Amino acid sequence: MALFPTGPIEQVSGTAIALPGEDIDTDRIIPARFLKCVSFEALGDQVFADDRLELSGEHPFDQARYQGASILVVNGNFGCGSSREHAPQALMRWGIRAVIGVSFAEIFYGNCLALGIPCVVAAPDQIKAIQAKVDREPDGSWQLDLATLQLTSSESSWPVTIEAGPLDMLRSGRWDATSQLLDHGPQVAALMKTLPYINRFTAD
Amino acid sequence: MSSGTLYDKVWDLHRVAELPGGSIQLFVGLHLIHEVTSPQAFSALKDKGLSVRCPERTVATVDHIVPTTSQERPFADPLAEEMLSTLERNCQEHGIPLNNIGSGRQGIVHVIAPELGLTQPGMTVACGDSHTSTHGAFGAIAFGIGTSQVRDVLASQSLAMNKLKVRRIQVNGLLSDGVSAKDLILHVIRRLGVKGGVGYAYEFAGSAIEALSMEERMTLCNMAIEGGARCGYVNPDQVTFDYLKGRPYAPTGDAWTRAVAWWSSLATDADATVDDEVVFDAAAIPPTVTWGITPGQGLGIDETVPSLDQLDAGERPIAEEAYRYMDLQPGTAIAGVPVDVCFIGSCTNGRLSDLRAAADVARGRQVAAGIKAFVVPGSEQVAKAAEAEGLDAVFRAAGFEWREPGCSMCLAMNPDRLEGRQISASSSNRNFKGRQGSASGRTLLMSPAMVAAAAVNGHVTDVRTLISPSAS
Repeated sequence: MALFPTGPIEQVSGTAIALPGEDIDTDRIIPARFLKCVSFEALGDQVFADDRLELSGEHPFDQARYQGASILVVNGNFGCGSSREHAPQALMRWGIRAVIGVSFAEIFYGNCLALGIPCVVAAPDQIKAIQAKVDREPDGSWQLDLATLQLTSSESSWPVTIEAGPLDMLRSGRWDATSQLLDHGPQVAALMKTLPYINRFTAD
Repeated sequence: MSSGTLYDKVWDLHRVAELPGGSIQLFVGLHLIHEVTSPQAFSALKDKGLSVRCPERTVATVDHIVPTTSQERPFADPLAEEMLSTLERNCQEHGIPLNNIGSGRQGIVHVIAPELGLTQPGMTVACGDSHTSTHGAFGAIAFGIGTSQVRDVLASQSLAMNKLKVRRIQVNGLLSDGVSAKDLILHVIRRLGVKGGVGYAYEFAGSAIEALSMEERMTLCNMAIEGGARCGYVNPDQVTFDYLKGRPYAPTGDAWTRAVAWWSSLATDADATVDDEVVFDAAAIPPTVTWGITPGQGLGIDETVPSLDQLDAGERPIAEEAYRYMDLQPGTAIAGVPVDVCFIGSCTNGRLSDLRAAADVARGRQVAAGIKAFVVPGSEQVAKAAEAEGLDAVFRAAGFEWREPGCSMCLAMNPDRLEGRQISASSSNRNFKGRQGSASGRTLLMSPAMVAAAAVNGHVTDVRTLISPSAS
C-alpha cells in the first residue's frame, strides 16, 4: 500500500474501485462500534464492516479484483452523517487516496482534505460512465491529475472539478491547516481582546 | 453594526485572517470535547510538540461510551474504560475541566453546555461531533468538526473554514397540539432533503420558531445537520435570555446587562438579505415519523410509505434500498407498524421537557407486552430534575426502564443496542442502516411523545389519540 499522503499532491494514480449508492453515510463507512479506539490504526480492516458482512464477500471492498485500489468512485452525498474522521481514516488506511463523486457531505469533505485526500466532483452521467468502466476493467490504471483536473484511464479522460481553495491547499502541500493557523497566534490574541464574552462582559 | 444576518455578524467578529488557500481562520469561542474524537487529536498535538492554546475555553465531558446501567469504574468494557481514562489523562495534563461521571454536571455534550450556561449567543462553538449544530439554538454559530480539526482548535483555538450562505427557514403560525419541534425538523428535512442544506447555514425564523422554548430550539438546530446544513441557528431573544439567566457560566449583575445588550445587537437585522428563503406553515405540520434509512424519508402519521412513482427520480434508488432494509412496502400505513424497542433520550430529545412530554403520554398507561422501552436522561442535571418531579416513577410504573445519563442507543457505542432485525421507535437523530448497534437493526425516528405512544400501543401511533386536547 502506498504511504499516507504527505507534502504537495499533484496526482493520484492506481487502480480504482466503484462503490455505487446515494447518501452513503459515515455509519456505513465505519460503524459506530469501531469508534471505540484511541488510535485510528486498526480502522482499515473495518471499513464498511456491516455492509461487507451483509454482502458476504461480494462488497466491492471485499472483491479480489478491487484489492489494492487507490481511487474510490462514488455517487451523491457521500459521507453524510457524523463528523467522525474515523470514516476517511478507515478509507485511507484501506488504501484510498482520492475520491471521485457527484457530491460530498461537507464535514466528510473537510476531513478528507485535512488528511490530504482529494475529493473531486464530476457530473452524474460521467460518474456512471466511470463506474461502468471501472467495473469492466478492474485492472485498469487511473490517474487523477490535479494540475489539469482530468481523470484519465486507457483511452478515456473525464474533466473533474474541485474548489480553488482546497485545490491550492492540496497542490501546495498546505492541506494540514495546523501550521497555518499557528502562524497567526498574535492575531488570535488580539481578536480575543475584542470579544466581550472572553472577559465575561466585565469590561465596558 | 452594519445590517446583516446573525451568521454574517458572528463570522465577521471571529474572523482572524484569510489563509493561503482562500479559507478563513475563524476564532473558536467555546471548544467542547469528549472521549470519542479527541484522543487522536491529543496524540497529534503531542507528536507535534504543541500545547493547548486556551484550556480555559475548552470543556470536556464523557457521553458516547458510558454505560447507562451501572457507571461504576472501571467500566465492564475495557475499551470504554480506556477511552475514559485517556480523556481523564489528557484533561489533567492540559488543565481542561472535565465534567466527569458523578460530578453532577456530566451528560451528553450538547445537553450539558447549554444547561451550564457555557453556550451563549454570538459565540462560535466547535466540537468533534456533528450535532454541535444544537448550540445554534442560542444564536451561536456552532460547527461539528473532525479529529484533525479538533487538533487544530486545541493548538490554535481557531479553525480554517469557508463562509456558508444563509437560508432562512421561515415557519409561520403555530404548531398544533401533539406536534413538536422534532416533527417540525423532520418535516423540513423531508421537504428540503438530506443534502438540501449543503453550503448553507439554516436560520430558523418566524412566529412558530419564536414560540418554541429553548429546549425545542435545541432539538430543531440539533438536526439541521441531518438536512445537510453545516449549522443552524435561531436569533437570540427574551426566551434565550430567560433560559441563560442564573446558569453557572452566565454573566451576572452589570455584566448581565452588558451581555444582553451585546447579544441583542447580533440578531439578524430586519432589512438583512439572505441567500435563500423557504416558507412553511406550522399548522400544516403533522406528527412526523421516518420510514426509511435517511432522516429525509419522513411521513406524516396519516400517510403511507411512498411508491417509487410518488418520488423524484433522484430519490428512487435510496427508496428502493429502504424498502428492502426496512422491510416496509409502498402503500403501508406508517401508523400501526409494530415496534420492538422504544428509546427516549439522545442529544436531540434527552432534555427535561422531552421527558415531560413522554411522561404525559406514559402516565397511567402500560408499555405493551413484549416491548423493551427505556428512558435515558441527557445529563445528570436532567436526571436529577426529572426525579425531583417524579418522572422516573411515572416511567417505571408504566414499565419503562429508567437509566443513567449518556448517548445510549442513539449510536450504540455502549451496551445499549438493537439486536438482529429489531425495529425501534427512537427519539434520536439518525435512522442510518446499522446506526443503533445491529447491522440489520431498524430505526423509526419520531418525537419523544410519539415514542411513548408507540411503547404503550406496541406500534407506531398518532400521539394525538392519547392526549387530551390541550388545556394549556
